[in-house]
Amino acid sequence: MADHQSKGAQSAPPRRLSWNDPDVRSVVYQVVAVSIVVMVAWFLISNTLHNLSIRNISTGFDFLGRESGFAIGESPIAFGPENTYARAILVGLLNTIRVAVIGIILATIIGTVVGIARLSKNWLIAKLSMIYVEVIRNVPLLLQLFFWYALITETLPGPRSAITIMPGVFMSNRGIKVPAPTDHGAFDLAAIGFLLAFVLIGIMVNLAKKRQDATGKAFPVYRAGLALLVGMPVLGWLIGGAPLELDVPKLQGFNFVGGATLTPEFAALLFGLVLYTAGFIAEVVRSGIQAVNYGQWEAASALGLTRSQTLRLIVLPQSLRVIIPPMTSQYLNLTKNSSLAVAIGYPDIVSIANTTLNQTGQAIEGIMIIMAVYLAISLSISFFMNWYNKHIALVER
Amino acid sequence: MVAPIIELQTVNKWYGEFHVLRNINLTVKKGERIVVCGPSGSGKSTMIRCINRLEEHQKGHIIVDGTELTNDLKNIDAIRREVGMVFQHFNLFPHLTVLENLTLGPIWVLKKPKAEAEATAMKYLNRVRIPEQASKYPGQLSGGQQQRVAIARSLCMNPKIMLFDEPTSALDPEMVKEVLDVMVGLAEEGGMTMICVTHEMGFARKVADRVIFMDRGEIIEQNTPNEFFSNPQNERTQLFLSQILH
Repeated sequence: MADHQSKGAQSAPPRRLSWNDPDVRSVVYQVVAVSIVVMVAWFLISNTLHNLSIRNISTGFDFLGRESGFAIGESPIAFGPENTYARAILVGLLNTIRVAVIGIILATIIGTVVGIARLSKNWLIAKLSMIYVEVIRNVPLLLQLFFWYALITETLPGPRSAITIMPGVFMSNRGIKVPAPTDHGAFDLAAIGFLLAFVLIGIMVNLAKKRQDATGKAFPVYRAGLALLVGMPVLGWLIGGAPLELDVPKLQGFNFVGGATLTPEFAALLFGLVLYTAGFIAEVVRSGIQAVNYGQWEAASALGLTRSQTLRLIVLPQSLRVIIPPMTSQYLNLTKNSSLAVAIGYPDIVSIANTTLNQTGQAIEGIMIIMAVYLAISLSISFFMNWYNKHIALVER
Repeated sequence: MVAPIIELQTVNKWYGEFHVLRNINLTVKKGERIVVCGPSGSGKSTMIRCINRLEEHQKGHIIVDGTELTNDLKNIDAIRREVGMVFQHFNLFPHLTVLENLTLGPIWVLKKPKAEAEATAMKYLNRVRIPEQASKYPGQLSGGQQQRVAIARSLCMNPKIMLFDEPTSALDPEMVKEVLDVMVGLAEEGGMTMICVTHEMGFARKVADRVIFMDRGEIIEQNTPNEFFSNPQNERTQLFLSQILH
């Protein structure tokens, strides 16, 4: 205030402490709001501690180091009953991330295709996409998961009369069995070739752009990229001596032995999540495309650009800024909806944390772990998408 | 006689029940500069938008530079490459810089090397007198500047025909002149066939070879600017002129 008065007559008008002053009001409101939050938190915490102590339940995360004593149906890392709870929870986390990452990628692809198809001039394609969206998004996800799971486990035959899709690939109610590569150096080389293909594609895209800048001729980037993706692993396999043995699944007793498995639980969860979320993403993409002024299409047509060029170069880049925020929500929804895995027995983080808290009685810690995991995954997605959104924002003025 | 570059033969078009174009017959010679005027809703814009098939006609024939507009996509693409268009609302691509707006067509449609496309773009930016804006985005320019960029964008495709769809109607009054000056310059240079839907009668007097008056989907009257303004034949033309020339 002293500063104000020193400037003399032309400084700020005099202020009195008054309820009609918006600054005073906002300070009072904030103080009230903060004290309510603190009181509620204090009540919850003290109540919990009190109840825990009269029931003689110990708190803390010591139980994580103990032996878990249960087995997990599928795990990307080695796991057995002798491993600790901490490792069990790590398995759950990896399983959740696995279904979320694959799910987000597939849902984005399918959703974008369906969203564009809904705007197609082809009556049949547009109507089919509309029916897909309306059916999928108006049936609860849990029911859809039950449906896919039942479809796989109830209608497919048992392992002994499994459907042979092609030699070595069997479909039964225990999942899809495929041949797996054996422990041979050639398969490692093939994997390296696959990774190298991505590097080469990056280099090729760069060169293709330079060549187009220089000569005006476009390079068939998509076809060449596909060729690299197939060719490089084959090359690695050939260099390694082209071994022909594979770990082919074989029927032994009541089930298959060997090979790799796509389990019914994972397949049903992935199917359900992807198809469900793709329905929403399709609508996000459609509304994003429609948000772009029709004049943009006309201007591009008048220049002689084809429809697909217009979509790729003009419309999609502009609709992205409308699409990204709701798309982020859909990614978060997919990740969080993956917790419904517990209903069909896929060992995700919720399912494993549930088992853990049943066995140890550490309910609060278990729930806290689940919440922390989802919060961490969701915040990572949000953070990345917000960064991307800023990156593509329009320069308005 | 110079061969016609655009021919419309009894062109008809309906929007549902509404008959927007009624038996339009129009022959445009190469290098001719035509101004189309008429009350709003008379079908002027629809007519010129049919010429590069932003709108589809339902009856009659449209022949542009020897190619008839049909459902054949090849023909449509070929014609669009010959025909440039400037819109009332500019329709610049807001996510691309001015320079990228200008080089997009040459690079992707004409398959030109980037350096060449950029050189052409700068040539036309100089011509519309805003080379210093090349690296800005459309949202950072004034309306008049945006429309000049839009004209330059069309010119970069090296078209034989330019269509202008009310290019000054969405501009603030003080910016109309800068856009008209560019259009006059283009017209006086000659060689380019221009069809311009506009109510700028000063522009029509100055550069048009022919003024066409449309009302209710029909061409009512066409004449040289002098005759058209001093001696309109049809009473609807007289009424229209009395309303806009005040």
